[in-house]
Amino acid sequence: MSELTRLTAAEIAVKVQAREVSAVEVAQAHLDRIAAVDHAVHAFLHVDTERALAAAKAVDDDVAAGRPAASPLAGVPLALKDVLAMQGAPTTCGSKVLENWQPPYDATVTQRLLRAGVVVLGKTNMDEFAMGSSTENSAFGPTRNPWDLDRIPGGSGGGSSAALAAFEAPLAIGTDTGGSIRQPGSVTGTVGVKPTYGTVSRYGLVAFSSSLDQAGPCARAVLDAALLHEVIAGYDPLDSTSIDAPVPPVVAAVREGATGDLKGVRVGVVTEFAGDGYEPGVTAAFTAAIEQLRDLGAEIVEVSCPSFDLALPAYYLIAPSEASSNLARFDAMRYGLRIGDDGTHSAEEVMSLTRAAGFGAEVKRRIMLGTYALSAGYYDAYYGSAQKVRTLIMRDFDAAFAKVDVLVSPTTPTTAFKIGERTADPMAMYRADLCTIPSNLAGNAALSVPCGLSDGLPVGLQIMSPALQDHRGYRVAAAYEAARDAAQGGPLIHRVPELEVSR
Amino acid sequence: MPSISRAEVAHLARLARLAVTEEELDLFAGQLDQIVAAVAQVGQVADQDIPPTSHAVPLTNVFRRDQVRPGLTQRQALASAPAAEDGRFRVPRILGEEA
Repeated sequence: MSELTRLTAAEIAVKVQAREVSAVEVAQAHLDRIAAVDHAVHAFLHVDTERALAAAKAVDDDVAAGRPAASPLAGVPLALKDVLAMQGAPTTCGSKVLENWQPPYDATVTQRLLRAGVVVLGKTNMDEFAMGSSTENSAFGPTRNPWDLDRIPGGSGGGSSAALAAFEAPLAIGTDTGGSIRQPGSVTGTVGVKPTYGTVSRYGLVAFSSSLDQAGPCARAVLDAALLHEVIAGYDPLDSTSIDAPVPPVVAAVREGATGDLKGVRVGVVTEFAGDGYEPGVTAAFTAAIEQLRDLGAEIVEVSCPSFDLALPAYYLIAPSEASSNLARFDAMRYGLRIGDDGTHSAEEVMSLTRAAGFGAEVKRRIMLGTYALSAGYYDAYYGSAQKVRTLIMRDFDAAFAKVDVLVSPTTPTTAFKIGERTADPMAMYRADLCTIPSNLAGNAALSVPCGLSDGLPVGLQIMSPALQDHRGYRVAAAYEAARDAAQGGPLIHRVPELEVSR
Repeated sequence: MPSISRAEVAHLARLARLAVTEEELDLFAGQLDQIVAAVAQVGQVADQDIPPTSHAVPLTNVFRRDQVRPGLTQRQALASAPAAEDGRFRVPRILGEEA
């Protein structure tokens, strides 16, 4: 493996500006790595070789001409989740309904990346329409976890997390509706951040559950995630839920945190997220991380958030309800798949046949569940109650953040499970999102940072911050990461087993 | 708690414009029943006087400026159409045989 693929994004950007290495060499090293290992990992649905090299060349031209860097990440390669529109390449959302569909516009996130000189290598695999926790729901086959190829890389953003852990890209973009950035980060030993809802534009992000969907940065190091966060975040008038407020100072927070002093920081351990269902290895790694935070000077207290127990059931009513409405747009009329248009079928029949053939089982389950929850007669009992639970969860967060600066929990109750282990049992699959969902329902910021291994598989520490206080979590994560690396003799991700390389 | 029957799944599938096979009716009836039983826990707050939250950010009436800006061209809009004719989307007939 080329040493260039082992570097952090921050290191690559500095070397490119210093002309120690060209952006084209960096891009080529990552494209070579993809060619060598993606047959086994299957992180990518589409690799955009020519445009990636052209974008890298443009950065090199800027450097040669002495022009200032477009951003602190100019020339750094990135893997883009296939739920975000990028012109000139397919955006499939892991669905047959959108197979080969090319969007006629760029998502705001995509546009910001391109303007920042970030080199987009391609589009990453995902659970169909971001519904899932394992990437097994992709219509184009599962992605495999580089730590153990028989295991899942998390979901829905398993392609993005696996690309990072396989050293195919130093940066990736994910989207997090119930944990789809953080849980994949946890099970692949990478960093995943769900920013405050409304701080990263959803324009051009194919909608799953609009009140919960949020794009965010994925990386192998906390600083890299923060640098990417500042590139993609910011007000966008094209997203009517976008918050018109300054981007939280996350890079400065990482630099502050990396000094290793957390004195005066109050950390709340969520008491509901422990006990039955949590693997002993996960609990052990989490407990050790808490001790590390205490050693750094943080004050550790236990905090009860009783309504969090109802977060999972509320989520599996709210998200499917919104999905059943959002996915009504796939009607076979203006774009996407069309089945049965042979003159004998009516438009309605064509719609039904297309959606039957184009959607996978999980998407169909959620559409029907949402249709059920929104039906007259059930609305108050299900959707209405779920909205009340949402209020209670926000109140729990408010009460907790009145006492502590950040909340912590394991990111997900288990390490990566085996491919196929939970596909027949939807509820078992849903429980992977147990600890991540509350922050989607309340809209606050949350991230996952690797906190050790259990039987050779990564465990994640979730750090939750109040809305628009994303920098608090980054500061704690950066301090923890520095202490962890010092204690364990280097970054955790460098302990991932070598993948077999094909030539 | 209501349990979800095959007939109910067939009804939901019809509402959602999803053609389902006989095997899918059996599979989904069992799975949806299990999921609904689990999520029904939220019903414990149904009687409580709690305002509902539909959205984490309380925004209302977000307007854009009344300014002309470029949209998609006809060619771009039709580029991904499953079928187009004379510069328009071609769609199957809207009425069924019996209509």
